[in-house]
Amino acid sequence: MIELKAIEKRFGDNVVLKDVSVAMAERSVTALVGPSGGGKSTLLRCINLLELPNAGTVKIGEEELVFGAGRRVATRDIQRLRRQTGMVFQNFQLFPHRTAIENVMEGLTVVLKWPEPKARERARELLEKVGMAAKADAWPATLSGGQQQRVAIARALAPSPRVLLCDEPTSALDPELAQEVVDVLDRLAEEGTTMVMATHDLRLASKVADEVIFLEAGTVVEKGPAAEVFGNPQRERTKRFIATLRHEQESAARPA
Amino acid sequence: MPDWLQLMLNSLPTLLWAALIFTAPLTLLSFVFGLAVGLATALARLFGPKPLVAVARFYVWIFRGTPLLVQLFLIFYGLPSAGILLDAFTAALIGFTLNVGAYSSEIIRAVIASVPRGQWEAAYSIGMTWNQAMRRTILPQAARTAVPPLSNTFISLVKDTSLAAAITVPEMFQAAQRIVATTYEPLILYIEAALLYLAMSSVLSALQVRLEARLNRYGGFLETRA
Repeated sequence: MIELKAIEKRFGDNVVLKDVSVAMAERSVTALVGPSGGGKSTLLRCINLLELPNAGTVKIGEEELVFGAGRRVATRDIQRLRRQTGMVFQNFQLFPHRTAIENVMEGLTVVLKWPEPKARERARELLEKVGMAAKADAWPATLSGGQQQRVAIARALAPSPRVLLCDEPTSALDPELAQEVVDVLDRLAEEGTTMVMATHDLRLASKVADEVIFLEAGTVVEKGPAAEVFGNPQRERTKRFIATLRHEQESAARPA
Repeated sequence: MPDWLQLMLNSLPTLLWAALIFTAPLTLLSFVFGLAVGLATALARLFGPKPLVAVARFYVWIFRGTPLLVQLFLIFYGLPSAGILLDAFTAALIGFTLNVGAYSSEIIRAVIASVPRGQWEAAYSIGMTWNQAMRRTILPQAARTAVPPLSNTFISLVKDTSLAAAITVPEMFQAAQRIVATTYEPLILYIEAALLYLAMSSVLSALQVRLEARLNRYGGFLETRA
């Protein structure tokens, strides 16, 4: 359902993505893993066009946009593609001047022009789903990181996007709070939400993802079903990286 | 009752009347128009095409770099030579508006730029256009940061309106000057005028505190953090 073809992205002279082609099926959960600076965040942000690729094709559902030298892509087309997606950020980025429920309603009332009561009802259902209904009227600054991230997930889901993009959704959280977020994402995955997530969190990736794409230095090193890539990585590089993650996770879990 | 107090009390209605029909409208109107000019200038500098950036910078350079009194003289006494004849109040209003616009544009530019990039991205990620993101997400957060520095501008402006006396606007300070001309009591009258300006600034300071408290209701930090 999502298809990225021959994506190239440069920041100045720095080539961050080199000829990356990947596809994600509907109702699947794909984890982008790999070392920092490998391009996983950039690839994720190329899906909703927060970063515009220098070259390549981005296709979500029936919407397709082709990028390349000398091609001007209209802002309206970017928006149309972006509205197929929702995004969850590493540091939540809730709107601090709006309450939890207002954050969730914002996309419905402002972008989709829903009437207020209908938006509020939908927002309440979503807060219910992420276990935040009791805090509907709280200001973001008064919520824990895990709570903020759960509200952010509800906000991203509100306009019913075809795919939920998660950029390191648990990296800013301690293990306990991260678990709340992992549980919510796991539940969404079971309900069939299509998701793509960039993550370092092995627990998140191995629990929630069905597909794994390993990126390093802007290229795809290995991809395949999660059980295979995590259980029996083919490439030496992938093997080493996963061993490191596992080691980190174990030492973090051990009481000090 | 001592004579000086009697004189102050006798002059008070005249001074207050001048404050009410000249000082207050001049301050409020030029602040509101000045903010509009400042916002437009800030947006031009932050997001405009190069020629517009140059125009905005030129405007700020001129109005920040020349004395306000000279600007008022140029508009009221100078422009008629170029065929533009303005009444004193309009000339003062234009002068103060352009002056406030130049100073406030720098404040507004800074507070807009201070809203974290992630807030733009969050707004875009739920489908907002640039305009929607600006109006719904960026400006409300920028406004909160802008209250203390813009209050400075506002309070300076109240006091600066006394310069309008020099281009024949019969505002409060000129009213005091006129009473001095007949009573020969400059010390008493100018102290009274100073106290009235102090009273007006104090009211504005109190309003600033209340406005800040209102805008701070959503928490003490600009960016919510883990």
